[in-house]
Amino acid sequence: MEQKRTAHRAVVKRVLEGDGKASRAERRAAFDNTSLTEPLHGFISKVAKHPTQITDDDIAAVKASGLSEDQIFELVVCAAVGQATRQYQNALAALAMAISDEGS
Amino acid sequence: MRLEILNSGYTFGTKVLFAFIQLASRRPVPDAAKLVFYRADFYGDPMKKVTHEAMRGPSAWSVGDRELMAAFVSKTNECEFCIGAHTATAAGAYHDEARVTAVLSDLETAPIEEPLRATLRMLRKLTSEHAVDANDMRTLLATGVSRKRIEDALAVGFAFNTTNRLADAFGFFVPGPEGFESGAKYLLSRGYK
Repeated sequence: MEQKRTAHRAVVKRVLEGDGKASRAERRAAFDNTSLTEPLHGFISKVAKHPTQITDDDIAAVKASGLSEDQIFELVVCAAVGQATRQYQNALAALAMAISDEGS
Repeated sequence: MRLEILNSGYTFGTKVLFAFIQLASRRPVPDAAKLVFYRADFYGDPMKKVTHEAMRGPSAWSVGDRELMAAFVSKTNECEFCIGAHTATAAGAYHDEARVTAVLSDLETAPIEEPLRATLRMLRKLTSEHAVDANDMRTLLATGVSRKRIEDALAVGFAFNTTNRLADAFGFFVPGPEGFESGAKYLLSRGYK
């Protein structure tokens, strides 16, 4: 388990804190799915919550707002890792709570 | 894929590798494989470690069970590429396609062990509602699934809730059954490294 958690922490740290073409603040905002302006906000929310609804037009709109493909790549990765991380941490916390109740 | 950099923005060395893979497999390189080679230090390299550890690292769940979880999470997210890829890989790992098909068509009636069924139920709720609570975990623990096994299943859930989103956002090409079979053989012999 520890190796799994360590590998997870490493990917989160890399995409948020390592070098990138998008700023660290933008990557953090995409990861958290918060504090973004349109059209990026709607696009990143779709990556987090409704990825099957993404269309070519969504990507075109984000590109037209001035983002490069590399920046879009990074922000999509951050949004996906961010949403999956919130799920993961929520479930691990629920498990820890259930286990601690058992022990009490 | 929707970003041109993911179709053609690779280094010369990676393009040579793709050409070699294409010659050896006689198939185009799957988009899931391409993605982890694009600026691999940013995402591909650290994520391959996450996925390999979850899917092939030490666990009381079999490789087949974990591939089934991957297929089931992908089904919950309606991610066509990943459903195809991991249905084929789970079927190959189990040597039993009917078992996988049964779980994906109706979890409640599929002929599988109750601890696995209860774990898949929890993963489905987590994937579709983005949260579970302590009661859900108590119910799961009561079926006899250990804490360690639940943690291992959650690592699979993390890997595929990430990958499903990327597959749909970037628009992975969905191959036919032969393409998925070929990918499954690779994943069963080499894992996700």
